[in-house]
Amino acid sequence: MSGFRTLLYKEVLRFWKVAIQTVAAPVVTALLYLLIFSHVLENRVEINNVRYTAFLVPGLIMMSVLQNAFANSSSSLIGAKMNGSLIFVLLPPISYGEFFLAYVGAAMLRGMMVGLGVLLVTAWFAPLQFVAPWWILAFALIGGGIMGSLGMIAGIWAEKFDQLSAFQNFLILPLTMLSGVFYSIHSLPPFWQRVSHLNPFFYLIDGLRYGFFGVSDVSPLISLAVSGLAFLVVGAWTLALLRKGYKLRY
Amino acid sequence: MSVAVSIQRVAKRFGSVQALDGVCLEIGEGEFFGLLGPNGAGKTTLISCLAGLVRPDSGQIGVKGFDVQDDYRQARRQLGVVPQELVFDPFFTVRETLRIQSGYFGLRRNDDWIDEILENLDLAAKAETNMRRLSGGMKRRVLVAQALVHRPPVIVLDEPTAGVDVELRQGLWQFVRRLNGDGHTVILTTHYLEEAEALCERIAMLKQGRVVALDSTRNLLERFSVHKLSLRAEALERLPEAITRRASFCEGYLNFHLGHVDEVEPLLAAIRQAGCPIREMRMNATDLEDVFIEVMRGQDESLAEEAGDVR
Repeated sequence: MSGFRTLLYKEVLRFWKVAIQTVAAPVVTALLYLLIFSHVLENRVEINNVRYTAFLVPGLIMMSVLQNAFANSSSSLIGAKMNGSLIFVLLPPISYGEFFLAYVGAAMLRGMMVGLGVLLVTAWFAPLQFVAPWWILAFALIGGGIMGSLGMIAGIWAEKFDQLSAFQNFLILPLTMLSGVFYSIHSLPPFWQRVSHLNPFFYLIDGLRYGFFGVSDVSPLISLAVSGLAFLVVGAWTLALLRKGYKLRY
Repeated sequence: MSVAVSIQRVAKRFGSVQALDGVCLEIGEGEFFGLLGPNGAGKTTLISCLAGLVRPDSGQIGVKGFDVQDDYRQARRQLGVVPQELVFDPFFTVRETLRIQSGYFGLRRNDDWIDEILENLDLAAKAETNMRRLSGGMKRRVLVAQALVHRPPVIVLDEPTAGVDVELRQGLWQFVRRLNGDGHTVILTTHYLEEAEALCERIAMLKQGRVVALDSTRNLLERFSVHKLSLRAEALERLPEAITRRASFCEGYLNFHLGHVDEVEPLLAAIRQAGCPIREMRMNATDLEDVFIEVMRGQDESLAEEAGDVR
């Protein structure tokens, strides 16, 4: 596993060297969402007896974890593909399993760091509870893992930055934003509630909220099962691509 | 001599292009081996197969007895590849790049060897410089350094001197020669045939994915040995037809292609005898470039015959 350790270290160093862009910036973005939405909605909306600003925080945390985990592995892979430096990780004796663990691990770490950052800066704005902290950790990690894997798939598949950006803007962004970050899906018409139940990110956000408030739209066990299954499927898919050498080894 | 690299009937097709068409080669341990061929001949594809970057459709490749597919971990440890493209990771300094590359091969605390490589490649002063800030030649040296961090017994250099200035080229060859002297097997592809002639003990020429010539450099040169004699003389109209028939005229020069040095003296005597004083004369031995052109042309003809093409 020696190659794995270094590859993980390299992937972490890569985003840490530009932490202003990769960690600080998304925290500020989440803070802006919080300021704007809480200003508009704080006194008008209350969900499951939770004040709107407090309700919003876990959603923003999970959204930040998801988007940054995806951004990390996808941008690292496409960047290395575009500038040709991917060859440096293809030549050494690194197995596809190590490859997967290193990229997904670094993506999860960045997701967790941004998520923690969002938690810290928003703590001033809303009194938070931590009813079930292990659930918080579990959902954040699984979310980071799913998105780190999806980011790998997108980074391997995309041949140009605009293809990656299409993946990100037309798929990842709508799925994360429409998964209950800003609202409870119970406020939606029945049809859209059912559609939301098909979105795996909904379970991640709902599960994370359960960890904070002890209340959620669906049972956290169901959320855990769906999220875990999603991670297994996406992870297995990524491993299969890596094993085949799809668009990496010809 | 034991075998460092064994390539058996390797074939690879990309769409409609047969990039490699049953290539067989064996490269001995400690050899300095040249892989030559025109653009698109399959040199880089063959090297990529060797390095595990391309998976052949059929055939086997072994490095020091380890199969590059089944035993890829061991095979890749034996191999240091300097890629053709000038690639680099813009996030890191030279030293970070080399430490990371060492780590990929499971080597931590590799700084003594890294320092030695940096010293030998004249990179020591740039060790803490970010890759982005290096000149093209410097980046090329880092690529060589990266290929050597794990002390591979087999070193593959894919066009390492393309776009490199004379000084670096000389320094690089000195270093690679020393590595070869220390027992490393070196495989080189290059477009500079004088480089291959000066460095390689044995040469394979590739064309359209096939090996069309494979021999020691000396044998290749001898096999196609021609001495080219060019001279300028006066009163050429007096030359007998027996001589003019053997010559070609170009820019005021009479050019003769002679199979052997012994033919020179009788020819000069005949010219003098005809009453044509020689004013200027030069002679060239065959170089690899002549051999290369000859082999490629010969191959064209045989390929044309195969295809039933009458020209």
